[in-house]
Amino acid sequence: MVSSVTPSLIISELSKDLGPVPALNNRMLRVLDSVSLKALPGQVTTLLGSNGAGKSTTLACAQGLLRPEGGTIELLGQDPFGDNPDLRSRVGVMLQDGGLPPSMRPIPLLRHVAGMYKKPIDIDALITRLDLESFGSRTIRRLSGGQKQRVALALALAGDPEVLFLDEPSAGLDPQSRQVVFDLISEQRDLGKAIVLTTHLMDDAQRLSDYVYIIDKGRTVTQGTVTELTTLAASEHENRPVNFGASPSLELPQPPAGLHLSETAPGEYHLTGVSSAEHLNWLTSWWAREGILPTHMNLQARSLEDVFLEFAQKEETV
Amino acid sequence: MSPTMSQSNAVSMPKRIALQGKYETLMMLSNGEQLVLAVVLPIIALFGLTFTDLLEGVAPRSIDAAVPGVLALCVISTAFTGQGIGTGFDRRYGVLRMFSTTPLGKAGLIFGKVIAVLTVLAIQVVLITIVALLLGWEPNLLGIIPAVLFLLLGAATFTALGLLIAGTVRPEATLAITNLAWVLLAGVGGVLFPLTMAPAWLQPTLDALPSAALGDALRAALIEGHFSLASVIFLVLWAAAGSFAAIKLFKWN
Repeated sequence: MVSSVTPSLIISELSKDLGPVPALNNRMLRVLDSVSLKALPGQVTTLLGSNGAGKSTTLACAQGLLRPEGGTIELLGQDPFGDNPDLRSRVGVMLQDGGLPPSMRPIPLLRHVAGMYKKPIDIDALITRLDLESFGSRTIRRLSGGQKQRVALALALAGDPEVLFLDEPSAGLDPQSRQVVFDLISEQRDLGKAIVLTTHLMDDAQRLSDYVYIIDKGRTVTQGTVTELTTLAASEHENRPVNFGASPSLELPQPPAGLHLSETAPGEYHLTGVSSAEHLNWLTSWWAREGILPTHMNLQARSLEDVFLEFAQKEETV
Repeated sequence: MSPTMSQSNAVSMPKRIALQGKYETLMMLSNGEQLVLAVVLPIIALFGLTFTDLLEGVAPRSIDAAVPGVLALCVISTAFTGQGIGTGFDRRYGVLRMFSTTPLGKAGLIFGKVIAVLTVLAIQVVLITIVALLLGWEPNLLGIIPAVLFLLLGAATFTALGLLIAGTVRPEATLAITNLAWVLLAGVGGVLFPLTMAPAWLQPTLDALPSAALGDALRAALIEGHFSLASVIFLVLWAAAGSFAAIKLFKWN
């Protein structure tokens, strides 16, 4: 099903050096090492990694802003390098630093950029949606980080692009604007746009992404849908901690081998090593025996963060 | 994918450049410091040189000696200092990068800046001309067309040099260099005062300056109605060298 769709972006074996770096005796620093990825229309493709992992560098190469040392990039079937206005008219970019002129006001700037497109997006609707009017009388210099982010997102959407690159779109946003931005991104995805975004926030990646590439030290360490990644290796050594609350200072029974039960704070209990339904059965039969009804309980799922940490650790030990 | 999805969504190049030119012009005109540099200081210079005898011997009347240099100063204010500082800070804030991801692109950005320089320069020339005519300026009519040509050549040369500086050093340094250069060129660079007034030992060095070529060419045209071919060659060489270096060395971010 997926393979019959033409990817909007294909990156293969991308490598990029920066430098010369004085700390490395003026040698070049390899910041991307053989990064390959694909982004499909109608999907949010996320590059997840910590700061400095190479996410923004990958985007800058894909946008044709930075020339790589090796590898190939195909954006909408074309080479992103060279001054190609027709290609750029179909691609929207939100830069990490925004690139907004400080002395301009947001709405005239947005209308100016929208003027470069034959069929821009409905600008008035976008202004309302992102509530740009609320700070429209101020120059960009006087906007908060979150307000600038909203302006930068509006600029990226101005040309109603087929491919949308968003570098850390949720940085600096308050919870309310974050929701607006996430809804907008999901809507664009549902309209069939290919969205490529970077984030270092697991939560954002988990909420937004259809497909995730985890990038660490300039390499893609793993990839998959959020479900694939979070269920990955579940059969091998799944270990789901259970937390529950009950009256303080309960006398704790001896758990089966491999499990460990402790009271982490008065009335808060933590059971580690849970890897089968039998283990839960042991816990609930203890409650039944003693007449304990927990005030709350939860079984921690494997999160994208666990996957990320696991791979980051593997990298460390290699 | 529907067929409309694969077509260009960009308006035509002339339209993009016209839009950007208007945008850049408004940016320049809305900046207070740039207005002082572009209009107020040249007008002060015009009055200063007209009502003193600093330019004695250059032309029979001091106003006729002053106007050509003031016009040359306008070129340096707008094309070099104003445009250089604006571009330097655009680069710092990633504005050049942002615009180069839109259909405008790098070429469109540069052309937009050139249009803004020419528009602001046209406004300056009209203003200075009106004030000068009110003060009794009588230009040599034979020199009008050559003067327009020199103003355009000067704008090209100083735009290239301004972009070269803005694209290679930090914006604070661009600010310092282009302002200092403005003062030095106005004072001793052959802009307001002809090089013949400089000490003899300094003249060969000063002769090499594009500011001197521009100032002297405008004086030759507007005072004597003389077309200075040497100045044309000189300005063209500076424009070519400046453009070449700017294209080679300009860093977009």
